[in-house]
Amino acid sequence: MATYEEKSNMTDNKEKKRRRMKEKSISTILLVLASLSIFTTIGIVATLSKETIAFFGEVSIIDFLTGTEWTALFANPKFGVLPLVAGTLMIAIYGSVVAIPIGLGSAIYLSEYASDRTRKVIKPLLEILAGIPSIVYGYFALTFITPILKIFFPTINIFNALSGSIAVGIMIIPMISSLSEDAMKAVPDEIRHAAYALGSTKFEVSTKVVIPAALSSIISSFVLAISRAIGETMIVTLAAGSTPKLTLNPLESVQTMTAFIVQVAKGDVTHGGLIYKTIFAVGMLLFLMTLFMNIIARMIIKKYREEY
Amino acid sequence: MSVKINVKNLDFYYGDFKALNDINIEIEEKKVTAFIGPSGCGKSTFIRTMNRMNDLIDGTKHTGEIIYDGQDIYSPKVDVVELRKKVGMVFQKPNPFPKSIYENVVFGPKRHGIKKKSELDKIVETSLKDAALWEEVKDRLDSSAWSLSGGQQQRLCIARALAMKPDVLLMDEPTSALDPVATSKIEELIEELKDKYTIVIVTHSMQQAGRISDNTAFFLMGNLVEYGETSRIFSSPEDKRTEDYITGRFG
Repeated sequence: MATYEEKSNMTDNKEKKRRRMKEKSISTILLVLASLSIFTTIGIVATLSKETIAFFGEVSIIDFLTGTEWTALFANPKFGVLPLVAGTLMIAIYGSVVAIPIGLGSAIYLSEYASDRTRKVIKPLLEILAGIPSIVYGYFALTFITPILKIFFPTINIFNALSGSIAVGIMIIPMISSLSEDAMKAVPDEIRHAAYALGSTKFEVSTKVVIPAALSSIISSFVLAISRAIGETMIVTLAAGSTPKLTLNPLESVQTMTAFIVQVAKGDVTHGGLIYKTIFAVGMLLFLMTLFMNIIARMIIKKYREEY
Repeated sequence: MSVKINVKNLDFYYGDFKALNDINIEIEEKKVTAFIGPSGCGKSTFIRTMNRMNDLIDGTKHTGEIIYDGQDIYSPKVDVVELRKKVGMVFQKPNPFPKSIYENVVFGPKRHGIKKKSELDKIVETSLKDAALWEEVKDRLDSSAWSLSGGQQQRLCIARALAMKPDVLLMDEPTSALDPVATSKIEELIEELKDKYTIVIVTHSMQQAGRISDNTAFFLMGNLVEYGETSRIFSSPEDKRTEDYITGRFG
């Protein structure tokens, strides 16, 4: 008969074994969950690549990347993607011109100037902007912003890049303000006090100490917001038009890459036809553009990182 | 003796809590004045009134006067930015900016309009020499201030304050986060600095007060209990509470 001690040793070992098994299975399950998103990414890239490669079997990649005419839906189609890229970049650039100053300004105000009570009111209000469905912004651009623009620019097209850009800009403000404010709030107060004690004004503390210390996160908020603007679809489909045009004049009607994809995808396009493949090539380019942005952002972040 | 800062009937409140009660003290020029007392006695609050750092906390108020340069520093005529330029401060925990050593030292001078590189270079060298840090960092002025050891960081913070050519240097427990070696370096430094600056230091180490200060003020529960020459305070305190504290009976 086993003594008490041996018995308790045996249960101890069993217990340990069970615990080890449990830990192991938990870690396996978590690994599978984490891998899901990786497989999804691989799946997306594979889908895009397959049709993109097929597309470039029929259209020269040089013509696609350098052509200045996009007439994919015409009888004699030309597949120069630059007008679509220009439309997309224009929305992203003018959108950022609206969003970055307002977003950063709000972040500085909320983090450095506002009293706790003011912040508690303004911050949720700003974040509501982020929760508005983008199609609503589309209506807003078309039925509110455009008529106002028409007062200042009587010749402006009903569908124009400027109106879309402003709406996209407003939509991404909370992304910039919220992420930047979090980054600025995370800067330790000791550092602010050091700057005040050296006779800095509040504005100098904000711009010379807090922003540089939070710069890497602030830049990544810009990049996230710009990527969002590049990928934004509904607003530009509704408000910016459907005329691919190689222009940087925001008063004209343009078509973005995403708006083109919508135009084709919602129409009756034969599965497997050339037009069908176009949207994958455009989608692939869009994916590469945002990927490139993220890589640039990482490099900038590394360069400007101030540790604290 | 000449008086640098003259404090008259100072009361100070955090909201409804009275942190300082009727403080009257004369801080002498080019001397080291130590504030001692147990935690929560108001010594840190008091030193922070002298460069109005308490302004940064919501809900504080005061009555009484702090006369510096012939003016009450809380008077509306005094620009707090100018005041802090002349009354520098070193904090409890070393708090260099997350910038290079060089940028840390020139931060104050740059804020106050010095732009010429040659002039800034000179300020960096003299300030770091005055803070006894120059020899250790002169070959790596561009590396991050956060790569320095705690003691070096604190000397950098002193250099940063000295770069403003202040008139008064306030030190709020500057060695409490440092090891004994770094502490003794800072103490030696204070000895040297008192020829040029009026220094006020808060410390919870009585030994430190005894070693480096000329005058000592003992605070207890928001009151200034006793103030006088350090040697006198430590050898023959007049107040029973001072005696109890310095002989280690409480605190």
